[in-house]
This record gives sequence, structure tokens and C-alpha cells, in this order.
Amino acid sequence: MTRAARDYDDIPGTYVFDGEHSRRGYALNMFCMSLNDEANRAAFAADPEAYLDRYALTPDQREAVLTRDWLGMLQLGGNIYYTFKLAIFDGLTMQDVGGAMSGMTRDQFTEMMVAGGRPPDGNRYRREWRSDTGDDRDEGNDRGDEEDEHGGGDRG
Amino acid sequence: MTGAMRRTSTGVAIVAELVAGIGTSHVPAVGAAIDNGRQGEPYWAPYFDKIEPVRAWMAEADPDVCIVVYNDHASAFSLQIIPTFAIGVAAQFPPADEGYGPRAVPVAEGHPELAWHLAESLILDEFDMTIVNEMPIDHGCTVPLSVAFGQPERWPCRLIPICVNVIQYPAPTGHRCYQLGRAIRRALDAWPGDERVVIFGTGGMSHQLQGERAGLVNAEFDRAFMDRLVADPVAQAAVGHTEYMREAGSEGIELVMWLVMRGALDSDVREVLRVNHVPTSNTSNGLIVLEPR
Repeated sequence: MTRAARDYDDIPGTYVFDGEHSRRGYALNMFCMSLNDEANRAAFAADPEAYLDRYALTPDQREAVLTRDWLGMLQLGGNIYYTFKLAIFDGLTMQDVGGAMSGMTRDQFTEMMVAGGRPPDGNRYRREWRSDTGDDRDEGNDRGDEEDEHGGGDRG
Repeated sequence: MTGAMRRTSTGVAIVAELVAGIGTSHVPAVGAAIDNGRQGEPYWAPYFDKIEPVRAWMAEADPDVCIVVYNDHASAFSLQIIPTFAIGVAAQFPPADEGYGPRAVPVAEGHPELAWHLAESLILDEFDMTIVNEMPIDHGCTVPLSVAFGQPERWPCRLIPICVNVIQYPAPTGHRCYQLGRAIRRALDAWPGDERVVIFGTGGMSHQLQGERAGLVNAEFDRAFMDRLVADPVAQAAVGHTEYMREAGSEGIELVMWLVMRGALDSDVREVLRVNHVPTSNTSNGLIVLEPR
């Protein structure tokens, strides 16, 4: 049984960390949280596969961690404040990860931020991302994909 | 409780004085820029130039206690236990290791007596606080202190941290946060001490760290938020979560914590200082100083 539709479901490119999301991502997020501890960071660095065995990740979550699929981790229940612990472990910045999740390089992402960030206009509703410009970007939310269309390429 | 009040020679009750409320972002990269001596770099200098008057104001205000309302980011709390509102009553609060070692900032000295008074008063006032005896403080708390005080050997005030869950949906409503602020003020007005208190509401402004929409900034929303925070906080407190997330980004929901600060102030306030700067890291950075009239 899935929960009723929510009024935030139509925000594009956004994974609201609600109860359903949190349940799905619990083990993944708790793995990420464990990297706050120096000894755990050392253990994960020494043998990532063995370290991940300590957490009840799904095969998809495990793969997303090992391949550093930042968007995939969110889609599988990750929360950015938790998954960012893994990015810190890798020596990455929010610009690296923000770019990776939105299909840009770090430099492109940083440039967008310095120019004032991603504007709200055209980015409030999923329907605004549905156009025929051929971008294959996922619209986010990972549920209620009533039609799996894709948005324009001029949002960066 | 007024019967126990200390009084001046003219019979006026001595209570804590709420000197001001400060709203500020708590961007970790700002802390890193300070810690690593990068404040003068071209990327950072314009921001740090803008906050210089705030530091001057703080030095003048010289509070005894800072109540910092912020959200923990998977440091003291995790998904294991998620308190909606928590208050730190410890004597000391060490900086947290958020994955790259703790920030090189002082251990903050708490104010257990006042913190326990707040906890007791708030709970009897029907705000069911989680009481925390041991907790490290992460960038949500230490960055506002750095913004306000720079890099002293010791923080020049004592700290009472109040944590609000804004990571696990749903965060408490803006209205509830505003009401919590009012209850904090009632508690301060019943505290028989003469401490000068500044309350911080932190987080925001517009930003989205996650997903394909990462990088969203809505400077117009941020300006309107500040305007209403000053002039019509009750109206701002009625704004729902989805509007914050849609207009100010998924992490823009942190702005509800500014309403705790605003609730603690009088209905009529004087805006002393306002700073807006885009970007610091992936965030629209804002800061406002409000004094009671």
C-alpha cells in the first residue's frame, strides 16, 4: 500500500524526505551517518565491500554507493545530508554533487550559482519540465510518474 | 513564579533581557572559509565584507547568552531518534565531527541553569521538548557563532542550543515554530537573572541541495520573507511547507526556524541590519538583526 498523493509530488527534480522515503533509505542513510566516525572512515577506506556488509542495503543501494551514483542514492531513499557524508569522505564539494545530480560539471554548477542560482521560473512544477526539447532528465520524486516525459535542457 | 523574583530598589522585577533576534544562514562552507583563512579570496570577500557590521553590532551588544535555534545535520541525532524540538542543557558543547574532523572552534560553554529553566517552562507551557544532556554541535550552530563573533579563543557568551527537525518531513509548522518562540520569551521573562540574551534563528535562505533541481535560488522569495518576518510574522507563520519547498527549494524549509526567533521578540521590532548575498556554496545567504522597540 502506498501513501496518498501529496501536494509536493509535483515539484520537479526533488525528493521530499517523507516517511516513505525515510523507510526505504534507513540503512543507506545510517551507513552514511557512520562515516562521521574516524575509525569507521578508516574501515570503509580499507575495505568498502566488507564495510558495507555491516548495513542491510539493497543490491541497488549498494551499487549506487559503490559507483557514487548521487542521484541514484536519493532515488533509493537517501537524504542529501546523509549521502553528503560519503561525498565528504571522497573529498567532494556540494558543487561536485549538485552538478552530478543535475547533469553538469562542477565548474558549470559553480558558474550557475555565482550567476544567481537556478531560477524558480520554469522550475516550480513538473509540468514545466515536460517539453519536447529532448533532455532525458528524470523529473524526480521517483513515484507517481503518470507519464515519463522529460524536461527542457535550458534549466542550467 | 513572580513571587521569587529578585527586584530592584524601586521594585522592578529583574528578569533576563532579550537584547535582539538574529536570523542567519548556517552554510558549512562559510565555516570552512573562516577556518581555512579564505575570507579575503575573491569568492568570499564580498560576503565577509557585508557581515562586518554585524560583528561590530554583536561586539557592542555583548550578550551573556546566545540561544541558537538550528537543525542538526546527522551529527548529534540520526534517523534512529528524531526529536522535533530539542534543547541542550549541558555545561559544554563540543564541535561535531561531520566527516572531516571537528571544526577548530572553541568548545561552547552552556548555561545549564537557564537551559533547565527553559525546558521546564516550555514543557509546562505545552511544548514537549526533548532534553539533551550530551550533544556535539555541528555547523548549524557553530557557523552562526563564527558569523557573529569571528575567531575568538573562547566564545564570548554562553550557549543554549535548540534543535528543530527540518530534515525528516514533516518539519514543525511555521506557526508552531512562531509559538515556540513566544513560549521561549515567556520563559525568559520569568527567569530571575539579569542575563542579556540574543536569540538566533538559523538556516536557509532559499536553497536546494538535492536532486535534478539542485541549485535553486529565489532571491525574490528571500526578500519577501525578510520583509514579512519584520512587519507581519503572523502571516509568514501561516505559510505551508509545500510553498517553502516549491519556492525556496527543498532545504529552504529551514526558514521556519527564523520564526522561532521572531516569536521571541515583541510584535513591533526595529530592523537594525540586513544582508543578502548569493551565493555562498549552493545557498542564498541572508542575515537580519532585529531589536525590540
